[in-house]
Amino acid sequence: MNTILLALIAGTLFGLGMVVSQMVNPDKVLAFLDVAGNWDPSLILVMVGALAVAALGFYWVRKRGRPLLDSRFYFTSKTRIDPPLLIGAALFGIGWGMAGYCPGPVVTSLALGNREALIMIASLYVGFLVADRFGRKG
Amino acid sequence: MEHFTPVSALLGGALIGLSAVLLLWFNGRIAGISGIMSGLMATDGGNRQWRVAFLTGMLLGGAAGQLLMPDPILFRTDYPTALIIAGGFLVGFGTRLGNGCTSGHGICGIALGSKRSIVATLVFMATGLLTVFIMRHIVGLGA
Repeated sequence: MNTILLALIAGTLFGLGMVVSQMVNPDKVLAFLDVAGNWDPSLILVMVGALAVAALGFYWVRKRGRPLLDSRFYFTSKTRIDPPLLIGAALFGIGWGMAGYCPGPVVTSLALGNREALIMIASLYVGFLVADRFGRKG
Repeated sequence: MEHFTPVSALLGGALIGLSAVLLLWFNGRIAGISGIMSGLMATDGGNRQWRVAFLTGMLLGGAAGQLLMPDPILFRTDYPTALIIAGGFLVGFGTRLGNGCTSGHGICGIALGSKRSIVATLVFMATGLLTVFIMRHIVGLGA
């Protein structure tokens, strides 16, 4: 087993989870964000399911000290709750609400013949590049 | 489309969680999709391969999921393209500036007990809810 194959397997599970949970469908995501409309709380349960598995799994994995196929865990060194975090998260939320996609669903939906996905991904990469150029340091 | 789907939501969520656990357990990496995507732009190129493999897997898993689902997901066709373009830009800019999205902060970061991720998740949930409220109930767009 190497890291490339493992990443392929993990990505496959992720994409499957996106479709099974229906989070690839922007109508479903927007129905969650529309609390004043015909509200659909499904996204909360997606988070609950994912967090339950990840929190327990991460706890166990971290106790092992290092990953199986690498010498260390690649955690962020950032700990401060600073303006880039807050402004970035706020802008991300606005974009999420406008389009109905966050990064996971929009990538997965490419495989489902979703025509919006390519436009969104192109635009998302422009956002990355602009952030690197003007906003982000380090 | 059924409206509230608790069983498939929990099951799908568990699959996403399992993916994140495997990636950390074997590779020591965080399953944050915005980070995996933006990492492709790095000039050193040292860890581009696993990122491409993960994103390819997402497409395979997505296609397999669509075949296995009792009702295939049908995408909207009449949504304003301007909202997709502007939304995409803000999602890219915001996740790069804030170091994460729904998966990186909302799932992995919170599961690791990161205060930064808890705060980020509360902030993007709040602005997402507010944006949809304004769009749908004040401006009357995209409903």
